[in-house]
Amino acid sequence: MGLDVSSHLHPVGSFDLADHPVPTGREEVWRFTPLKRLRGLHDSAPLTGSEYDVKTEAPEGVAVGYRPVAHSDRGLSGLVPTDRISARVWQDTTRVLTVEVPAEAEVAEPVFINFTGTGVAEAASGHLLVKVGAHATATVVVRFQGSTTLAENVEVAVGDGARLTFVTLQDWSDDAVHHSTQHALVGRDASLKHVAVTFGGDVVRHDVTATYSGPGGDIEMLGLYFADAGQHIEHRLFVDHNAPKTRSHVTYKGALQGQGAHTVWIGNVLIRKEAEGIETYEENRNLVLTDGCQADSVPNLEIETGEIAGAGHASATGRFDDEQLFYLRSRGIEEKEARRLVVHGFFNDLIRRIAVPELEEQLAATVEAELSKNVLKED
Amino acid sequence: MSTLEINDLHVSVKTDDGDKEILKGVTLTVKDGETHAIMGPNGSGKSTLAYSIAGHPKYDITSGTVTLDGNDVLAMTVDERARAGLFLAMQYPVEVPGVSVSNFLRTAKTAIDGEAPKLRTWVKEVNATLANLNLDATFGQRSVNEGFSGGEKKRHEIAQMELLDPGMAILDETDSGLDIDALKIVSEGVNRFRAKDAKAVLLITHYTRILRYIQPDFVHVFVDGRIADQGGPELAEELEANGYDKYVKAAVTAG
Repeated sequence: MGLDVSSHLHPVGSFDLADHPVPTGREEVWRFTPLKRLRGLHDSAPLTGSEYDVKTEAPEGVAVGYRPVAHSDRGLSGLVPTDRISARVWQDTTRVLTVEVPAEAEVAEPVFINFTGTGVAEAASGHLLVKVGAHATATVVVRFQGSTTLAENVEVAVGDGARLTFVTLQDWSDDAVHHSTQHALVGRDASLKHVAVTFGGDVVRHDVTATYSGPGGDIEMLGLYFADAGQHIEHRLFVDHNAPKTRSHVTYKGALQGQGAHTVWIGNVLIRKEAEGIETYEENRNLVLTDGCQADSVPNLEIETGEIAGAGHASATGRFDDEQLFYLRSRGIEEKEARRLVVHGFFNDLIRRIAVPELEEQLAATVEAELSKNVLKED
Repeated sequence: MSTLEINDLHVSVKTDDGDKEILKGVTLTVKDGETHAIMGPNGSGKSTLAYSIAGHPKYDITSGTVTLDGNDVLAMTVDERARAGLFLAMQYPVEVPGVSVSNFLRTAKTAIDGEAPKLRTWVKEVNATLANLNLDATFGQRSVNEGFSGGEKKRHEIAQMELLDPGMAILDETDSGLDIDALKIVSEGVNRFRAKDAKAVLLITHYTRILRYIQPDFVHVFVDGRIADQGGPELAEELEANGYDKYVKAAVTAG
């Protein structure tokens, strides 16, 4: 059994769990993931756990609440599960946490969804739908913390001419396992800024796909991650350029420290035949702060038309640049302080581009806290 | 006040063919209030001398001594050398993405002085120094050396020298790649620095051009890792007329 998938750049989905056998770890999409540490999410662990608490803060004009699946817009984005975890979540879901921004609403304050996990023993599942009406502007921030075993499906539907910033902040405790399958549909001349910030968790794997429902759509994906000893952080991204004059720009930056820290970044882009005049660029940079870390970085670009404005990618993984450190130290700055400056500088540009003022200070503080574990550690 | 004494300095670098000796016994004393020019052809080891004094890890000091006011420079870390009063204006300043010039300057000043500068006077001082070097106020918000033109990089080096106010400044080919206007601006910066009390300057250059704007007290001709000749400012004029040929030939014969 199993779906006939000739290339992971042409994924074929199915709602039928029977089409999704238990992965062995040899599949292209699973080969980097430590399946044994997924606590059965990919197999048959029940997804009925309730060890979590969700609090939402919604500015005026934005509706946030649970709806029974039958009375929800589930499927609005076009999400069709392409892996077993997502298919299992789809099958077990009874309610959809829905964020609805009406057409033409200009919402300055972010919508916050605060998810706190309170236990890892029983796996939980969830479905989030963010629906932004035509020509509306909004920011939605999902903050995860605590201990959990969580599998979720996330749908983002951005109406024509609308602008959405969607942020997930994975600030988990060390024992969290989090699998997220996300799909975004971006309308004609609409723009989506998708941001993933991952610091905590034992295994965090996000599989994010995005496509367009009309020409002129703009997708920016920004990611910031910091893996400590033993952590596995995996971000898989796929932008499907299926409409003309669309744009996608992906920048993910990560730092790794400690024995067994492992990060995976997959940046897939497909430019379909009809997607003339599009522009895409993907970039992944990793800063390896100590020995014993592994950063996998795989950009893939498949182009079915030459009539495009531009397509490119870049990937670089390296240690501290000795010349940078020499330059800073030659100005009297001590080695630790020089390292601190370089790492903050590495992330600063990205934090600025996220452009959610409510998060900026917190992110800089989190980078500082991560640095204190190794780079700035007192000897 | 600062006096730099270099005594019989030998320096090697690691290459694929093993260690290669670049400096073959350099002896030189620069006293406070003095400006020394080191001139020489490409590959003679001028930059190696500058970077060895600053403590770049690529260079291996095999023998000799370097002291600043009697203190052993070679025993100091890179940042300790800077805090002891040494400054190197680099030929190829390094980009530090995401670190703003203003943050960098403040951090360096705090490190050198051992305390944070007083905010109000510091901002004024930075702005005045940048303005003197024809760098506008938005310069402080840019990332260190990132996207700077060649001239901006050099003017930024001189701005750092003026603000950090070391006793001893080494300028490594600060004139290279500058047009005449930029060269004048940079030279004025160096002369402002020299006009202060008891500053020592070691000016490394391939060309005599900059010496028209910065008058040295002593000129040393550097060939094949050694000082081949020395004299007053008139030596620069002779080099301008005759080039390095006779020294290079002599070095080849000697070698």
